[in-house]
Amino acid sequence: MNMNSLNDINPGECAVVNTLLSTGSMRRRLLDIGLVENTHIECLGRSPGGDPTAFLIRGAVIAIRSEDCEKIIVTRSN
Amino acid sequence: MGLTNSAIGIKAIDFGLQIKKQSPDDKVIALAGNPNVGKSTVFNGLTGMNQHTGNWPGKTVSNAQGYCSTKNQSYVLVDIPGTYSLMAHSAEEEVARNFICFGNPDAVVVVCDATCLERNLNLVLQTMEISEKVIVCINLMDEAKRKNIKIDIEKISKRLGVPVIATMARKKESLAALMVMVDKVTDGSIPPTPFSIQYQPEIEEALAVLEPVVKKIAGEKINSRWLSLKLLEQDASLNKELNTYLGENFLESSELSEAFRNAQKILGKYELNTDKLKDKIVSCLVAEAEKICHGAVFFERKSYNLTDRKIDQFLTSKATGYPIMLALLALVFWLTITGSNYPSQVLAGGLFWIQNRLTAFFLYLNAPSWLHGILILGVYRVLAWVVSVMLPPMAIFFPLFTLLEDAGYLPRIAYNLDKTFKRCRACGKQALTMCMEYIILKKTHQERACRFFFANTINAGNVNGSVRIMHVTPQYF
Repeated sequence: MNMNSLNDINPGECAVVNTLLSTGSMRRRLLDIGLVENTHIECLGRSPGGDPTAFLIRGAVIAIRSEDCEKIIVTRSN
Repeated sequence: MGLTNSAIGIKAIDFGLQIKKQSPDDKVIALAGNPNVGKSTVFNGLTGMNQHTGNWPGKTVSNAQGYCSTKNQSYVLVDIPGTYSLMAHSAEEEVARNFICFGNPDAVVVVCDATCLERNLNLVLQTMEISEKVIVCINLMDEAKRKNIKIDIEKISKRLGVPVIATMARKKESLAALMVMVDKVTDGSIPPTPFSIQYQPEIEEALAVLEPVVKKIAGEKINSRWLSLKLLEQDASLNKELNTYLGENFLESSELSEAFRNAQKILGKYELNTDKLKDKIVSCLVAEAEKICHGAVFFERKSYNLTDRKIDQFLTSKATGYPIMLALLALVFWLTITGSNYPSQVLAGGLFWIQNRLTAFFLYLNAPSWLHGILILGVYRVLAWVVSVMLPPMAIFFPLFTLLEDAGYLPRIAYNLDKTFKRCRACGKQALTMCMEYIILKKTHQERACRFFFANTINAGNVNGSVRIMHVTPQYF
């Protein structure tokens, strides 16, 4: 299986969450929005500045900065 | 004996909050919910003007209590801070959990957003673990209807085992149905039978060891299954409350320590440390919420459909994102600055006319000129300037601001600008507060008399030191 960080997922691609490496309040925030193991994520687009990136997570559009994406390990899916 | 806390009416001391009952028979209803689900609209709709606000003792978390009554019963409604969970990660969450757990509310109403029910159920499930008397209020049904989301209320209610009421907080009739249900739950005619979440077998095995002992020592005062789970999670934030609520000797009892050690051994066997355990518990809650909504919540069109996508692409793409944003902000600026000139002049004219009259009055009284200087040229004149310069732009900017917010454009601005703001250790969300400050600074710049005054108050009002630098710059524009 191909493990990537969420940063490697480009707009238009989908992924499934594998593990969260983030800690502290960011981890809690991600868990609060339902970003647990096996959650399906779709990458929607990047901000004009290149960061943050918008994702569709459980029906809500959520923007995550690249430094936080780096700590979200996912598997690319279709 | 005799003068227990609850007997002298300070039951609330257990968690610090004074509940101000209008009569001793009032029942206490806690109003919980995620942020932005219209909880305060429900609260205001039920209590009207009959409420008062304060702070939770020792916390910088505000608290509101209000009164409402039905034919049979009068209630004190306690507005609990809006949170996503009850895991006590923040002051708000701790306050919310402590009130539900130790505040002895007669029922807990959890307000949910119909447009993202699944995410909201996380809080419902956590509340149901602590308290049996839970009523779920699915609010924003009108919004859900607009988005073509259908919810099978009965199915959700059956699956959760607690009453579920659909409401549109702006329509009072729908709130009446909620209160009828509150009546039925508090007088016991509908006993709720909340379904209990089953965790992974490893966790259940550990719980099976710990729970009977907790139940034996703590009795019926607290949900033993929930407390056992929290003990396994080693949630230190609970210790103080447990000591006051169950007595000092609860946590120190040797029987409990032994059961705890045994349960820990079981978790150790499966290599579940505290962090992993917490993760498993959260995952389980999320999965459970998903299961409950499956086949009960229908999206007739995808929640985020093609049109939405196109609009968003237009608003946030490299080519069009910035120009649209600049144009919109320029329009807001222009409307605010030119629009406020006229009322500013009128206000200034009126207030300075009064100043002249006051001066005349002082002359008539033969008041000493230093007194006139302090009161009229000092206090009154500055106040008049402040009001005439600041009030009109605010009265124009904030409604425009609200309009952009309601249209959902503010998060897009934040999204577009986040990178720029991050360099100053701020985040994109601060873009709009800065706009307002810019307008005020620009206007005060024109009125040299009070420029210094404003520049300082605004900067001092911002806690984030790094943003301050940016605030100062517009003064020289």
